[in-house]
Amino acid sequence: MEQGPAGGSGPAAGTGGLLLPLSETEQQRYSELFSRCCPPPEAAAGGSSVGELFRASQLPPDTLHQITEVCGAKRVGYFGPAQFYIALKLIAAAQSGFPVRIESIKNELPLPRFMALKNDTEVRYGTPAEFHGVKFQVPHATLEKNSYKRTDEGDKQEPKSPPMSPICSPPSSPSTYQRIPLNYGYGKARGGLEQQHGAPYEVRHSTHQQDGPSSGSYGAKSALTCSTPNRSLSVEREQQDSSTQYSDDPWRITEEQRDYYINQFRSLQPDLNAFISGSIAKNFFTKSKLPIPELSHIWELSDVDCDGALTLPEFCAAFHLVVARKNGYQLPETLPETLLPEYLQAACLKPIRDCALFDSYSEPLPSSQQTRDFSRTEKSSAEEVPDKSALLQDGKKDDKQALKVSTTLKTIPKEFQHLTVKAAAQEPNALRARPRSRSYSSTSIEDAMKKGEEPPTPPPRPQKSHSRASSLDLNKIFQQSTQAVRSGWLPPPPPALPPRPSVSQTEQPSEVELHPQMNRPPSQAEENSSAKKEVVLAQPPSKPARRKLRTEAQGLETPELSPTINVTSSLPAVKPHLPVQKQSSKQKRAIQTAIRKNKEANAVLARLNSELQQQLKEVHKERIALETQLEQLRPVTVL
Amino acid sequence: PSQCDLLCSQNYPLYIRSVPTENELKFHYTVHTSLDVVDEKISAMGKALVDQRELYLGLLYPTEDYKVYGYVTNSKVKFVMVVDSSNTALRDNEIRSMFRKLHNSYTDIMCNPFYNPGDRIHSRAFDTMVNSMMMQVC
Repeated sequence: MEQGPAGGSGPAAGTGGLLLPLSETEQQRYSELFSRCCPPPEAAAGGSSVGELFRASQLPPDTLHQITEVCGAKRVGYFGPAQFYIALKLIAAAQSGFPVRIESIKNELPLPRFMALKNDTEVRYGTPAEFHGVKFQVPHATLEKNSYKRTDEGDKQEPKSPPMSPICSPPSSPSTYQRIPLNYGYGKARGGLEQQHGAPYEVRHSTHQQDGPSSGSYGAKSALTCSTPNRSLSVEREQQDSSTQYSDDPWRITEEQRDYYINQFRSLQPDLNAFISGSIAKNFFTKSKLPIPELSHIWELSDVDCDGALTLPEFCAAFHLVVARKNGYQLPETLPETLLPEYLQAACLKPIRDCALFDSYSEPLPSSQQTRDFSRTEKSSAEEVPDKSALLQDGKKDDKQALKVSTTLKTIPKEFQHLTVKAAAQEPNALRARPRSRSYSSTSIEDAMKKGEEPPTPPPRPQKSHSRASSLDLNKIFQQSTQAVRSGWLPPPPPALPPRPSVSQTEQPSEVELHPQMNRPPSQAEENSSAKKEVVLAQPPSKPARRKLRTEAQGLETPELSPTINVTSSLPAVKPHLPVQKQSSKQKRAIQTAIRKNKEANAVLARLNSELQQQLKEVHKERIALETQLEQLRPVTVL
Repeated sequence: PSQCDLLCSQNYPLYIRSVPTENELKFHYTVHTSLDVVDEKISAMGKALVDQRELYLGLLYPTEDYKVYGYVTNSKVKFVMVVDSSNTALRDNEIRSMFRKLHNSYTDIMCNPFYNPGDRIHSRAFDTMVNSMMMQVC
C-alpha cells in the first residue's frame, strides 16, 4: 500500500505529530466510517456509534480499551478524526494479531473488519490474503483472578475495571473539536474485570458533560461507576463525589472496586481500621498468580509507610495494582497519586467515616459493632464528606497511634485495650501513611506505658530505698512487717537472707543492684545495703544475684553497718510516704511494667554476670600464676 | 567512580551497584578483600553493646586509588562502599549519612513480605535511592 501522507497528515496533526500513513483505500474507508459515526455538522465521532463500530470489530473489550487509550481518544476525550483513524488502524492491527501499540500501525495493515454494522455495505472489507480470519470471541474477560476475586459481582455485571474505563479525561485540547463523551459499550463480560458500560453511560455522561477542561475528567468518569442496577444510586453519588472519584485513569478506583476491595479486606481482617499483616497479605496476593518480583514491587508501591502491614487504603491500592497488572497494565515506578493512602482514605473510607462519626458521638462502640455499621452504611451518600474531612484532620495522629498500638500490642492490659478501641471508634478513618510508623508504635507504647506508670511511681525517697512498691499491698505488708520486725532486726543487720518470694515489681531493686557492681562508693553502698536490708525485711521480689551482691556488699562494708542500721531506722518513716494512692486497678498495669523492667534488669544482670565470670576466670588465672610463683620461690626461702 | 555493596552475613552479595560500570571487577576485588577488615572489626567489638555508633566501621583501609568504608547492621549484614580517593570533598559525616540511608532502605525492603532474606535485592525503590546517592558522590 502506498503512503498517503497528504491524507494521513491531516488527521494525524491532532495526535501530537504522529504521522499516520494511510493508503488510499484505507483513507477512503476510514473517512466513510468516520462520516457514518460522526454526523457531518459535528467534528468528532459520536460515542455511541463509535462504540457500536468498535464492538462490531469483535475484539475483546480489553483490546478495545487499549485501542482507545493508545489512539489518544482517552487522553483528549473524544474521537476526533485523528483518534478515529488511529483507532481503526489499531483495530486492524489487533485483528491481524498485532499488539495494540502505536508501532503496529506503522506496518501495512489490512482494513479493519466490522461485523454486522447496520447499513454496512462494507461489512467484510476486502483484505489481502495475509488476513487470517481472526474471530475474537466476544469478551472473554475471565481471569484467573476472578476465581478468587469475584464472588459477589456476577449478578450485577459490574463494570469493575477502571483500567478499562473508556471514559476520557479531556485536558486542554483543540477547542475546535466538540467535546463529545467517549463512551462505547463493549460486551459485558460477566465476572470479568474488563467489563464495560453500555449505552447507559451516555446518559450519565450527558449529565456531567461539558464541565470544562478541569472538571471534565471527573464528570466523564462518573459514568464509569456503576452499571445499570446501581445507576440511580451512583449518579447521585457521582454528583457528590465528582471531584474525587472517577476517571478514565486506570489508577483510579471505582466504587464497585472499592467495595469489593473492602469486602476482601474484611475477609482477611474483620476490623476495617486495623492492618493486614505482611504474611497474610502475601498469601492473599500470591493467589493472583502474579510473579513474585511483581508482587514485591506492588507491595513496595502500596505499603507507603513501610511497616510490613497494609491498612485499608494501602490494601485497596495494592489490590488495584494487582488488578491492573492482571489486565495488562504495566506497573508504574511510583505510586500514582490516586492510589496514595491519603487520597484513598478520603474516598475509600468516606462511608465508613460517616457512620463511624455518627456512632462516635453517641458512644464508643466495640469494633465489631462498628464493622457491622460500616457494612450497613457503606452505601450512604457522601454529602458530609467535606465536614468529616475537617474532623478527620484533628485526631489523626493520635488515632493512628492508638490504632497502631491496638494492633501491634498483643499483651496490652485491658485498660489499654479499651482505650484504644474507643479511640478507634471515634476516628476510625484517621489512617494515613506515616513515614516511620514503627518508631511511632514503639514510642506510643512506651508513652502509654509510661503515662500509666508515672502516676503510680512513688515519690522519691531520701535514700534509694527499695521502693519496689508499686503495689499497695506490698507497701502495706512492708509497713506492717517493718513495724513488727524493726526492733528484732536491727541488731543483726546482715542476717541470713530469708527466702524471698519471686514477685514482680523490681524497678528500684534493679537499679540498686547495679550500683555495687558499677561503683562502690561508700555512700551508695550504704544505700544499697540499706535498701537490700529493706528488701530482705520486706521480702520483696528478688533475684538470686542480688543475694550474692548483697552479701558481697555487706562483706565489704561491715564497718558501715552501724550507720546503715541508723539508716534503716529512718526508713520506716519514709514508708508512710509510699504511694497510698495506688488503686488496685492500676496494679495490673504496674505489674506489667514491672515485668518489663524485670526483664530488662534480667538482661542487664545476665550481661554483668558474664562479665563477672570472665573477670573471675582471669582472677583465677592470676591466682594460679601467683601460686606457682610462690611455690617456685618458697623452697628457696625455706632453704 | 564508586561502588556500593550490600553483603549478607555469609558474605555473599545481596546487592552491588557501581557507578560507572566499568572497572567493576576491580571494585569486586576491593570489596572482597575489605571483607577481612570488616570481619576483624566486628570481632573486635565483641562484648560491647552494638549501637549506631559502632555500626559504622569507618574507613576500612585506603588503597592507592580508593577508600573503602564499611558498615554493619545488627544482623551482620554488611554495607561496603568504595569511593574514589580523588573525592576529597567527601566527609565522614556524609558517608555516615549515606550508610544510614542505605540501612533505612534495607529495612524497608525487609518489611516487604515478598522478600526472602538472603535473596538478591531487586527493589526498584532501592535502586533509585542508591542511584541518586551515588550520583551525588561521583
